[in-house]
Amino acid sequence: MIDKMQSQVNADARLVHRGRWVNLTFLFGISNDDYLISIVAGKITAIRRRHLATDTGEFSIRASAESWAKHWQAVPPRDYHDIFAMLPKQIAKIDGRLEPLMQNLQYFKDIIAKMRNEEGDTNGH
Amino acid sequence: MAIEFEPMTGRYFTLNSGGSEYRIYMEEAGSGIPLLCLHTAGSDSRQFRHLLADPDIISRFRVIAFDLPWHGKSNPPNGFRDSDYKLTVDGYKQIINDVCFALDLQSPVVMGCSMGGRIVCHLALENPAYFRAMVALEGADKLEPYYDLEWLHRPDVHGGEIQAAFVSSQVAPTSPDEYRWETLWHYMQGGPGVFKGDLHFYWLDGDFDERSPQINTKACPVYLMSGEYDCSCTPERTLETASRIKGSKVTIMQGMGHFPMSENPALFKTYLMPILSEIANMPA
Repeated sequence: MIDKMQSQVNADARLVHRGRWVNLTFLFGISNDDYLISIVAGKITAIRRRHLATDTGEFSIRASAESWAKHWQAVPPRDYHDIFAMLPKQIAKIDGRLEPLMQNLQYFKDIIAKMRNEEGDTNGH
Repeated sequence: MAIEFEPMTGRYFTLNSGGSEYRIYMEEAGSGIPLLCLHTAGSDSRQFRHLLADPDIISRFRVIAFDLPWHGKSNPPNGFRDSDYKLTVDGYKQIINDVCFALDLQSPVVMGCSMGGRIVCHLALENPAYFRAMVALEGADKLEPYYDLEWLHRPDVHGGEIQAAFVSSQVAPTSPDEYRWETLWHYMQGGPGVFKGDLHFYWLDGDFDERSPQINTKACPVYLMSGEYDCSCTPERTLETASRIKGSKVTIMQGMGHFPMSENPALFKTYLMPILSEIANMPA
């Protein structure tokens, strides 16, 4: 299910344009599963599951599958509606080198929220 | 085709406050009970444009919104480059009191949002006889920081972009897109380090939970209004504040975030009008 982030982000030309300075891989955690999301000039070039302990990214954003499912509901409940609403409630956690995240914060929030659609997502993956 | 002007007018005046001289920008509309509006941290008085244009409000209230020094169209003081901006409880109170004095406001209602919602409770505690009532939007007497303020003012992160990205988390997902982005646009336009300087007051210098029980709401009624989706001044923090301010009245606005007057003006009006009516019907 996380795979659809790639096609949905890349199909949004304005979103890709806003991320045109982003060239990195970051780690996106769904419960105990980590995914490496690689971006070149704002386009997602690969999403792959972490296999090796040495696989990593510039920074990580993690939450439980249940929490991401709420985040991706068409109208998310309070505290789940934005990553920076999830952080103070300790629903999500960020780690690593945060400069590129902060330099492009709305872009990263938007590519993750891109999984949100009218139907929402019910299982978090 | 004739232009249809909005009813508010904008003017500048010079304010002497705390030993500094500031060129202040204000807008006003209407007549009646003075209703002084205080914008949020890192933004400006444009947040109140819908109130300033609402015939149901300006028919009974003289609505005034001004930009704090360093914000919007108000200037920082001379020599601003030689210091970092940092808002304090005392400095903030002094500016509001000085504005009320300069404009000769008689028994005003003060309605502030976020940091403005915090300072009104300080004012209610200090001078309840002067103020007619306080409306604290998204204002709690105790808050906790959840990100490092240094991110807001550094050369490798665009201040306007990150300010908007931070506070976008505090807009309700159901608020109209048009007004969400207008609210965020104001944040994108703030001066370097100004939002950070405001948050010094909001997060670090403004707690007054130990003094909240001393507020005399019989002398100065206090209304607390917070949005369901506010992840800073949460409904829980607002309810805790209300429990400490005896006699205060609290409203949790469903489907609302941290910027009620600008992110969803139509919904905000449904919550605000009964309170303004109650205030208007109070004996002076």
